[in-house]
Amino acid sequence: MSASPHDGTQSKLAAQASEGAQHEHPTWAIYKWVALILTAVTVVEIWCYYLPAFVATPMFVPTLLVLSAFKFAIVVMFYMHLRYDHPLFRALFSGPLAIAMTTIVVLLFLFGKLAIR
Amino acid sequence: MATVIIPASDAGHGYTTTGLPSRKIAIWAFIGSECMLFASLISTYLIYKGRSLTGPFPHEVWKDPATGHVFKPILNIPVTSVSTFVLLMSSLAMVLALAAVENRDIPKHTFGERVLGNSRLWLFVTALLGSTFLSFQAYEFTSFVHEGLTIRTNLFGSSFFTLTGFHGAHVTAGVLWLLTLLGIDFKRGLGPADALNVDIAALYWHFVDVVWIAIFTLVYLIK
Repeated sequence: MSASPHDGTQSKLAAQASEGAQHEHPTWAIYKWVALILTAVTVVEIWCYYLPAFVATPMFVPTLLVLSAFKFAIVVMFYMHLRYDHPLFRALFSGPLAIAMTTIVVLLFLFGKLAIR
Repeated sequence: MATVIIPASDAGHGYTTTGLPSRKIAIWAFIGSECMLFASLISTYLIYKGRSLTGPFPHEVWKDPATGHVFKPILNIPVTSVSTFVLLMSSLAMVLALAAVENRDIPKHTFGERVLGNSRLWLFVTALLGSTFLSFQAYEFTSFVHEGLTIRTNLFGSSFFTLTGFHGAHVTAGVLWLLTLLGIDFKRGLGPADALNVDIAALYWHFVDVVWIAIFTLVYLIK
């Protein structure tokens, strides 16, 4: 493949190639903190499960969903390096994920598991 | 037409016109499709939740009207909490394995640097933790069957075994993939040139982990 000297996108794409091959990764310290946070959040989730007074409140399910989404997000951002990686990878993951989440919510409405009162 | 300059050292590694490795784009596209597969399984579980006519049930006691036998809530949260912790820690071991492969050529001076830079150790630990998770799942499935819940018992059993069984099959594939990488590492050593291969395996492994994060909350904790 020959490179044209007048092609303005050439250097940008070459930089992208380099970025795609060797993107920046977090350090051991960040990995350690992510693991500690994941453990702590999991402990909080289980603690919530064993609190009957909290389970009976309307806040129980939203709290667990938020904690679970937080754990999901930090694994994807730091362990899967999506925070540091090329935007195309972010799009390839978040696009189908958005479709998947929308499908779950729509099906739950359709089958009467969720309702707007 | 836009052209891309690829470093000579990367020639033949399959780069797309975006300048990104085609295999990495492929694994992200695959993970995207897997999101939709697990979304369909999770939504099926949630739709069927609470619609079983006979027990055992996940969180409630059930008395069989025919025999009078009382079935306890079948989900064992303490055991599953431990297996969840095991899978989360396997993700930590996996990122350390990838970092060790990427930094193989950097000299290690201290004991800590040598431990952190040992890709064989971290690949082995990841595969071991994955196998431990599978052992917990085998124990859980066996105890459920002994307590009277099979894939044919009720809607809960059908959707639960299908969802967690599919996840377990993915973990099994991941463990085999990790053992293959470990074998290659012992045979010829994995270095920075192999980082993309390990990165792709790591992405798959972390995806299996994030799916379990969702399953643990939606299936086990939410009553």
